[in-house]
Amino acid sequence: MSSFGSPSDSLEQALIEEYSIVERPEKKKKLGLLFWICVGWIGLNVIGAVFASVLPLQNPLYENFSAINLGPSLHHLFGTDDLGRDIFARVTYGARVSIAVGTGAMVIGFGIGAPLGMLAAHRRGRFDAILTTVMYVLLAFPAIIATIAVLSFWTPRSLLKIILVIGIASVPLVYRVIRTATLNVATKDYIIAAKVQGATDRRILMKELLPNIAPVGISFLLIGVATVVTLEGALAFLGLSVNPPTPSWGNMINEARTVLAMNPWLVLFPSAALCFFLLCLNFIGDRLRSHFDVTEVKL
Amino acid sequence: MLRYVAKRLVLLFGIVFVISVGSFYLIHLLPGNPATVILGFGASPEAKAALYRQLGLAHPIYLQYFTWISNVVRGNLGTSFISQTSVAGTIRAALPIDLEIIVLSQILAFATAIPAAMRSAKRPDGPVDRLLGASSFTLLSIPPFIIIVLMVLFISIKLGVPHTGPSSYVSFASDPLGNLASLSLPSITLAIGSFVVYYRILRSDLISTLQEEFITMARSKGLSQRRIMWSHAFRPSSVALLGAAGVNIGGLLAAGFVVQYLLAIPGLGYTLITAINMSDFLLVQGIVLTVSVGVVVINFLFDFIINMVDPRISRE
Repeated sequence: MSSFGSPSDSLEQALIEEYSIVERPEKKKKLGLLFWICVGWIGLNVIGAVFASVLPLQNPLYENFSAINLGPSLHHLFGTDDLGRDIFARVTYGARVSIAVGTGAMVIGFGIGAPLGMLAAHRRGRFDAILTTVMYVLLAFPAIIATIAVLSFWTPRSLLKIILVIGIASVPLVYRVIRTATLNVATKDYIIAAKVQGATDRRILMKELLPNIAPVGISFLLIGVATVVTLEGALAFLGLSVNPPTPSWGNMINEARTVLAMNPWLVLFPSAALCFFLLCLNFIGDRLRSHFDVTEVKL
Repeated sequence: MLRYVAKRLVLLFGIVFVISVGSFYLIHLLPGNPATVILGFGASPEAKAALYRQLGLAHPIYLQYFTWISNVVRGNLGTSFISQTSVAGTIRAALPIDLEIIVLSQILAFATAIPAAMRSAKRPDGPVDRLLGASSFTLLSIPPFIIIVLMVLFISIKLGVPHTGPSSYVSFASDPLGNLASLSLPSITLAIGSFVVYYRILRSDLISTLQEEFITMARSKGLSQRRIMWSHAFRPSSVALLGAAGVNIGGLLAAGFVVQYLLAIPGLGYTLITAINMSDFLLVQGIVLTVSVGVVVINFLFDFIINMVDPRISRE
């Protein structure tokens, strides 16, 4: 802008500049159609899981021995299993377990790990050093094996115990990711400015740090849910998750393996349900991460 | 370097100690009296007395730990009350199978991921890169237990390839080729999971390394693309790859458990799940301890290797 311009010119210029700053987020690359399809699919899964008992589904536990191992048809959209149960209903109900464990465990993991990580990165000093060492030691513990071990001893298994064990096992990882993300923000000038102005710790944490690490947190949260859902599937496959006949995607695949040659539909539908769910979660998480330009966090 | 190794060794011992306490405490997670749960309700007083002696259950808990750990250090993980065999012996028989699967899968994964990442990095956002990126992203979302079930369905059942189906494990001593065939599906399953991770990490590191000045220098000297990739760009790009490979070991073992369970291959995973189902808790405890310590030690070794590749890390 020319230094010889009239005051109104420079005002106009300033307005344009200001306007363009406001406008910049709109000009950012769009999230894309695929992103919204994925969001829609996850939404559909969640709705199906929450309202499974209200929706016009057949009883997932009802065994009809005159209709076993049927292929897909209008009456049984996904066919029936070796006990004559409707697979469509079982897949829909199965989403309940996966979604409950996925979100429940991440609520625990983030509920404990995220505040600790933020606080450690903000305070630094001895508090940070001790906590980070402890988390490093815990992180070295192979979480999957620890989960299998605890669940095999801590009987009888229930949904709540599974959520609790996986949730606690995820704390060190959440802590590390959130701490790294906060550290990157905490050294920025505006945080130092806030400190100099005498802002309280609480204000810096909630108003300055939290909004700036939220994008990292959310994309890691989604990928974390996907990881936990996979883990629950593997545990169910090994018979260490909720007890049959309660359907979950993992234990349906486990039950289907015995009749694999006879009724391949039985394994294909829950597998597809699980894979699409995971694919969408990973895609949303990944897209959000690149959308917010997060490059420094290595997962 | 020496200081760095010493520091890591102290940390390693700390972690192993925490793991040993955790594994020891597992027995006490059992609801009720451990003796009753481990032996069942109809156990004879002699068996109970033997268990009390073996675990030192009459003593306070810290003494129990010392009894247990002093046995463990001497290689005695106790005797299973279900099968009446030594836990350490059972683990020694099963462990080589896991190691074979993991080594085979890692050879496959590196042999495919390194060339694929180099091909992608040569022209980022080109058609090959996009194709590889999209397929690796899709594979990332397919858990190993689905891959193995689908492979069994299509390869063992539909195509009828011998030695690949459930319960068709052949030992290496009796038939080396059959052994390789029976471990091929588990190895491929594990390799797919590793490939995705290694490919993505190496690709992004190669792309950033290729923008460095020494690569421009090498190009201006007229070196071939292949030479630049392998002898200039590969080593500085492989630090994160090695880190990922080290961290991956725990996941590999767990994925190995799942595939062994499906195919009834008598490795540690199958033994572990059978032991859980038969409430053979001492065997479960022994396997958990062995596997956890193994993972931690392997991670330590990888840290060491990373240091040899990039000595700057230990000076930080």
